[in-house]
Amino acid sequence: MSEAENAQRAATIAVLVENEAGVLARVIGLFSGRGYNIDSLTVAPVDETGRISRITVVTSGTEMVIEQIKAQLDRLVPVHKVSDLTLEGPHLTRELALIKVVGKGEHRMEALRLADAFRARVVDATIESFVFEMTGNADKIDAFCALMRPIGLAEVSRTGAVAIARGPRGIN
Amino acid sequence: MSAATKTASTEAALTMSGAEVVLRALKDNGVEVIFGYPGGAVLPIYDAIFQQNAIRHILVRHEQAAVHAAEGYARSTGKVGCVLVTSGPGATNAVTGLVDALLDSIPIVCLTGQVPTHLIGNDAFQEADTTGITRPATKHNYLVKKSEDLARVVHEAFYVAKSGRPGPVVIDLPKDILINKAPYSEAPKTEHRSYRPQTQPDGEQIRKAIALLKGAKKPIVYAGGGVINAGPEASRLLTDFVHMTGFPCTNTLMGLGAFSSDDKQFVGMLGMHGTYEANLAMHGCDVMLNIGARFDDRVTGRLNAFSPGSKKIHADIDPSSINKNVPVDVPIVGDAGRVLAALIEAWKADGQAQDKPALTAWWRQIDEWRGIDCLRYRQEGKIIKPQHAVKRLYEITRELGRETFISTEVGQHQMWAAQYFGFQKPNRWMTSGGLGTMGYGLPAAMGVQIAHPDALCIDIAGEASILMNIQEMGTLAQYRLPVKVFILNNEYMGMVRQWQELLHGGRYSESYSAALPDFVKLAESFHAKGIRVTDPADLDAGIREMIAYPGPVIADIAVAKDENCFPMIPSGAAHNEMILGPEQEGGVAGVTDEGKVLV
Repeated sequence: MSEAENAQRAATIAVLVENEAGVLARVIGLFSGRGYNIDSLTVAPVDETGRISRITVVTSGTEMVIEQIKAQLDRLVPVHKVSDLTLEGPHLTRELALIKVVGKGEHRMEALRLADAFRARVVDATIESFVFEMTGNADKIDAFCALMRPIGLAEVSRTGAVAIARGPRGIN
Repeated sequence: MSAATKTASTEAALTMSGAEVVLRALKDNGVEVIFGYPGGAVLPIYDAIFQQNAIRHILVRHEQAAVHAAEGYARSTGKVGCVLVTSGPGATNAVTGLVDALLDSIPIVCLTGQVPTHLIGNDAFQEADTTGITRPATKHNYLVKKSEDLARVVHEAFYVAKSGRPGPVVIDLPKDILINKAPYSEAPKTEHRSYRPQTQPDGEQIRKAIALLKGAKKPIVYAGGGVINAGPEASRLLTDFVHMTGFPCTNTLMGLGAFSSDDKQFVGMLGMHGTYEANLAMHGCDVMLNIGARFDDRVTGRLNAFSPGSKKIHADIDPSSINKNVPVDVPIVGDAGRVLAALIEAWKADGQAQDKPALTAWWRQIDEWRGIDCLRYRQEGKIIKPQHAVKRLYEITRELGRETFISTEVGQHQMWAAQYFGFQKPNRWMTSGGLGTMGYGLPAAMGVQIAHPDALCIDIAGEASILMNIQEMGTLAQYRLPVKVFILNNEYMGMVRQWQELLHGGRYSESYSAALPDFVKLAESFHAKGIRVTDPADLDAGIREMIAYPGPVIADIAVAKDENCFPMIPSGAAHNEMILGPEQEGGVAGVTDEGKVLV
């Protein structure tokens, strides 16, 4: 195989599924059963009736593996649509994080200053802690967490990526 | 439907129990036979079966056999096979059969009983998480939790099982859903919400394929089980296409019968135990047309040495089969029959001339490979060669001219059956190809015999495999099914022994069939006839006696114990590194550890 064929790439894949029992288990089972990577996975209903859910899965692999992942997802009975946002053009990726920082005195001031620079919002505060809410791509959240670590990072909860194509183009 | 009839049918429906709704839905989906085994959770369905005549129930002796029987029924008729088992162990016993059907793309609907909805998750008696367990074992599965979903789910299950790439579907039925009244509705006329597989090929891809095929100097057609699944018409179209083009054609194990073994353009089965000419033609071709096959590892050998110089066209109804193992140049998504019809039309319409002189030269090369006569063997002395036993069985059944269906277990005998028994029509050959399930053949033959009561149904077996579902001799007796079990008895798990000989220094670890039963007495105890043949001189008479007997028979044929199955592509080797026979066994010594890790 040539180097190009062996090259790994990341892919953000959006999957519209029938919102029925077991559908998430089917998707996750497909990844584990066939040995594909899941870097992150999010799911929630997205239509007005609650019948359709959108799964955003971030994965990586060779071009052949990613094509396989999409084909395997697409043949699941409750899957409506599979879209490779990475391949299909410019898209936005966002992740929400709740970040708890515990500390007193100068550490609190430093945490607030950095949060301001990163546009993180304070959503909870006590005299010895903050919970910051932050939206952004994974790199930005990673960077913020790294800065908070010496200051008193206590706990992080992240949603994983959600993504959507730029412009008027939709996947439905 | 008018408003009046709609009301009438709804009112009528509400008088039906869930179990009655299930049976009605089965009947409306064309089910005539159901293979099953009762138990607590499915008693309501058994009660409903007792009170009707439209659907015949065949009582098997083990749930695995129910699925294999339904597979045999499905594969020999083209219909969906139907299975009914109870909760817990009934469902878990069926799992092997379900995975077998999944890997070989056999349409099955399997109804499993379940504990009542309010007990689900309580570790109730005979409770298992059936939908959880069977999720990766099926094409799709359902747990019915509301009575109003029942009829729709059964209809949908049949649609899913048979459309696109066929496969097994499980419907898990809690006992309260079966007992409670449920509404009946007919199968919806509208399209499925999300599952709509593409069956019609893209015209542009067909045009690209024809351009490659017309310019081919060394072409080959490689056809698999997808052609059989597409129905007998697809096999006829395959034959037309191969004749029209003058190309050589090889079939996979699952595709045997899609193209007649009698045809001079047939080069035999390909793959690990395929013919020399088929494998070398695959290796040396310049254009390969794969229809309904999936570049299985048994077929390709070492992937990076697989048919290195060819342009590959791959037609498959399952897009995930394309570019999975082998990158192809022209992918075509569609039903094998429709693809073949489109190829035939485009071939005729295309003005480009074929390179006839190149094709003639290619055939000359293939005939040279054929001249090696890779399936030759010598029947001499007082010991029956297994190849000879299969060959005589084939010749005698042909001479008798009866409609004949063959099933097999898994191992050496399976490969000898594939090599030495010829198939002229599709749907006559049932074997466990993908999963390689020992114990498949007897129940599969049973299912075939139910579907074709007057046909000759023979399970070509090994003495080890047959013991895995031997209890089904009881089913044969109960329903007077005249299935013939033709055992090639070499007192070894032969394929295991062969690999141990060739790859593990002749250390025959646990592969000897010790303490075998007396198969004649075993047959007799199950009200069948037992025959044992040990002398080559008695072989023909034994085969004739087996076929002539009006009931079930076990013919125990003592064959050479140390015979190996050749030709063989050792694991990790390429098509052009085949071993033709014992004189080349040294060639296996070169198998690397990398090769040995392959199954």
